[in-house]
Order: sequence, then C-alpha cells, then structure tokens
Amino acid sequence: MAKYLLLKHYRGAPAAANDVPMDRWTPEEIDAHVAYMQDFATRLGESGEYVDGQALAPEGAWVRSDGEGRPPVTDGPFAETKDLIAGWMIIDVDSWDRAVELAGELSAAPGAGGKPIHEWLEVRPFLGAAPVCH
Amino acid sequence: MDESRLRELVPEVIGVLVRRGADFASAEDAVQEALVKALGTWPADPPRDAKGWLVTVAWRRYLDLFRSDRARQDREVALDLEPSPGPVPAVDDTLRLYFQCAHPSLTASSAVALTLRAVGGLTTRQIADAYLVPESTMAQRISRAKRRIAEVPLDQPGGLPTVLRVLYLIYNEGHSGEVDLAAEAIRVTRQLAAVTDDPEVAGLLALMLLHHARRAARTDPAGRLVPLAEQDRSRWDTALIAEGVEILQAALARNQLGEYQAQAAIAALHADARRVEETDWVQIVEWYDELVALTGSPVARLNRAVAVGEADGPQAGLAALAAVDPGLPRHTAALAYLYEKAGRLAEAADLYAAAARAASNVAERDHLTRQAARLRQVTSG
Repeated sequence: MAKYLLLKHYRGAPAAANDVPMDRWTPEEIDAHVAYMQDFATRLGESGEYVDGQALAPEGAWVRSDGEGRPPVTDGPFAETKDLIAGWMIIDVDSWDRAVELAGELSAAPGAGGKPIHEWLEVRPFLGAAPVCH
Repeated sequence: MDESRLRELVPEVIGVLVRRGADFASAEDAVQEALVKALGTWPADPPRDAKGWLVTVAWRRYLDLFRSDRARQDREVALDLEPSPGPVPAVDDTLRLYFQCAHPSLTASSAVALTLRAVGGLTTRQIADAYLVPESTMAQRISRAKRRIAEVPLDQPGGLPTVLRVLYLIYNEGHSGEVDLAAEAIRVTRQLAAVTDDPEVAGLLALMLLHHARRAARTDPAGRLVPLAEQDRSRWDTALIAEGVEILQAALARNQLGEYQAQAAIAALHADARRVEETDWVQIVEWYDELVALTGSPVARLNRAVAVGEADGPQAGLAALAAVDPGLPRHTAALAYLYEKAGRLAEAADLYAAAARAASNVAERDHLTRQAARLRQVTSG
C-alpha cells in the first residue's frame, strides 16, 4: 500500500474541460456536485482507501524567516497569476494505477449543465518510511 | 454502561485524591488512567461501587507515580497508605476545578482540552477525536496545560468569565465524532450551575439549551446548512426550549444582566416564533442593544445590523452595517443578505460569491455559493 496526494487547484492547473465557476451553476448543479464528492469519499472510506480530505481557503500568505531576532516576513495576498491549491485528498492504495483511477473519478465530478468538469488533478506519491529489511 | 455517570465521577475522584494530599497534575493523570481501565473492564465486569472502584484504582496508580518519584528524591514523606473514605466532595472543590482548568493563563485550546478531561471525564483519545488531532498531540497539550497552571500563584485563581468562555467554545466548536461535544458541554454547564447561583452561568446554560433545541433542523438530509429563517420549526425540541426559557427567566429576575443572558434572550425570542414571520425583531434589536452595551463586541454589532434590517427594513440594516468593521468574518455575507432584501439582486449575487470565498468552513462556503447561484439564475432571466 502507498499513500498519494490528490491536489485540486483554484488556479495553476491546465484549464478543465467544463470550466464555469461554481457560483454560476444552478443550485441543483451545486447539490449534485457536493453529493458526488461526498459519495466518493464515503465509497473510499468503505473500501479502506480513504486517509484524509481538506478544503483550503483561497487566502493566506508566503512566509519566510527574516533572520535571528527578527519577525518572519509575510508576502500576500497571493498573486492572481500564480498557482493556488484549493484542497486535497489523501488516499492509501495498492498501486499508482489505482491512484490514477481514483483521480480520474474525482475529476469527472459534475459541474455546470450537469456535465463532468474533467478537472486536472495533481497526483503525488508520499515519501514513505524505509522498510525494515534493507 | 452509563458513560455519563462515569464521566461525572471523574472530577469527584480527582477531588478525593487532591484532598488526600495528591497534587492536581498527578491526581488528574492517575484518574485518567483509572478511567481508561474502567472503560475497558466495566462492560464485562461492572463494579458494585463505581466511585469506590475508581478511587481505589486511581489512588494506587497515584502512589505508584509518587513512589517512583520518591525513589529518585529519597526523602521521608508522611503518607497514609490506606486512608479512610473522605467526606462528600465540597461544592468549593468542584468550582475550584473549573477555575483551574479554564484558567486565564492557558490558551483557549489548552483550557478546552484540560476542562474536557478533568471536568468532563473524557479520555485523551475521545478529545483528540473531537478536535481531529493525533492522540499524542492532545496528551502533550494537556500535560503542558497542567505544568502551566502549576506555575500560577495561588492568589490568581481565575474566575467565571473565563470558565464560561471555555464552556461556550466547547459547545460551539469541535467536531462531534464518537462523543457529542455539544451534549457534554451542556452536561458540564449543568454541573456548574448546580454549584453556583451566578445568573450568567444560568444564562449560558439557557443559551446552550435553546440552540440545542434547533439542532435537528439546522442541517437537511443531504447535510446542507439550513439558515434559521428556513428551518422546519416542527423539528425544534419544545421541551428543551421550555427548559431554556424557564432557566433564563429565573436568571433575568435576578437583575444582573450579562452577555450570556442577553444572547439567550435573543435565542428565546426566535424560539418563541412558531413561524419565522412571527419573529419579534423589534425586541431582538433591543436585546442586541443590551449585548453591544455589555460587550462592545463587533460581532454583536454585525448581528444587530442584520436584525435592524428585519425590524426596520433593509436600508436601515445597511446603514447599521456601514458602522461595522468590514473586515469582520461574515460581514460580506451580511451585506449580501441585506442587498438581496433591498432588491439589488445582481450585486447581492456578487457579494454572496465573495462571501463564499471568505467562508471559514465548507458548510457555509457551499451555502453562500448556492445563494450566489440562486440569484444569478434570477438575474440572468
């Protein structure tokens, strides 16, 4: 088993096929989308593959140390032209192929007009612990 | 096994150990271990005397902890190894425990964690589950909290305002996993109300009961947030409402108004309206006036502005909102709501979309996105 991170982006990913912002869908289309996502997480819980899922606020800042004795430097809000993560799901699955399959399912969540969004999701393997025998 | 009764015993048993001479931190650790043991063995083998069992097991554990510490220090201590059963816990002991655990020198998250363990009788694992952090993290948070309060001088015991704030936090936040945190907050507040006649404690209890009464109506079967104006009031718990109102009226009669009594009065006025159209918004605004006068809270001002919008019309509401700090959470959502009431639908849609981006939780974000979508449909024709 290996863990993978499925990353959703507010911006920075290549454009989705069905790219309309959610506040321009109908309320019923929003409900269908939310139900699809909840359903997906529930099925993954039942299959024993779900680890975590979080949504991120669009605000925040870049932070770095400014040296000893000085407060950290912050740089925000985030530039409109830059990549921005919207949230993630962590899955624990048997293979890369399974991770890709699940990302594909998540990507097909319905959007405007009830049609699948076909959003690009980033899939990243976790670096795990070293095996005992090595 | 009645877990509620078991949890009630935890602060009592801590009190017994402390009165025998144990320091609070070690006593609390020992009782926590006895609690975990009890949860493991009682279902199959319940004791005849639950409290006696806990006292015996906790005291033995305390002595083990103390002895291993003594062995290092190598000094004589006069300690009764088989002490006689102590007197019934004094009311003062219970109150002191609340003050210690919700001490002003602690951060909010530390005070919440320590109160839930020592006063609430929850296990570390249950508290970790409720706040979605690893168990070891929560254990550390609680140990550090106890070290912190051990450093506090004895003449700074803390007081009710901080305790009430902590209990309200427990009620309001925290994800209910296996333990229903809202129900535990109510139980622990009832316990506090039994040992002090401060009307603000009663006010807080009334507030919790009145909010709890609406719980079933607050989310729909699909898990969506249902705002107060749209809730199915037949799903409100009338017994809880009646109890909350009774407790509130007794508190108000004492003529020592405080912020929790004022908030409870607003909740009671909502509970009083069988249909949202019957809500007495004028009286609600008056109670918000009291609340703002008592606390100066910007959040109270914001909520007051929305109530003014209902009582005196959206223009009055917008005027009131203009005097509120626009940086407050939910400010944009309030603005969107009033713009819609004022008939400025396209602008309201944009504001709802902006409010969704500023939301701090998924339920509110999705609700606000739905409002934006709803209004865009209307305005696009």
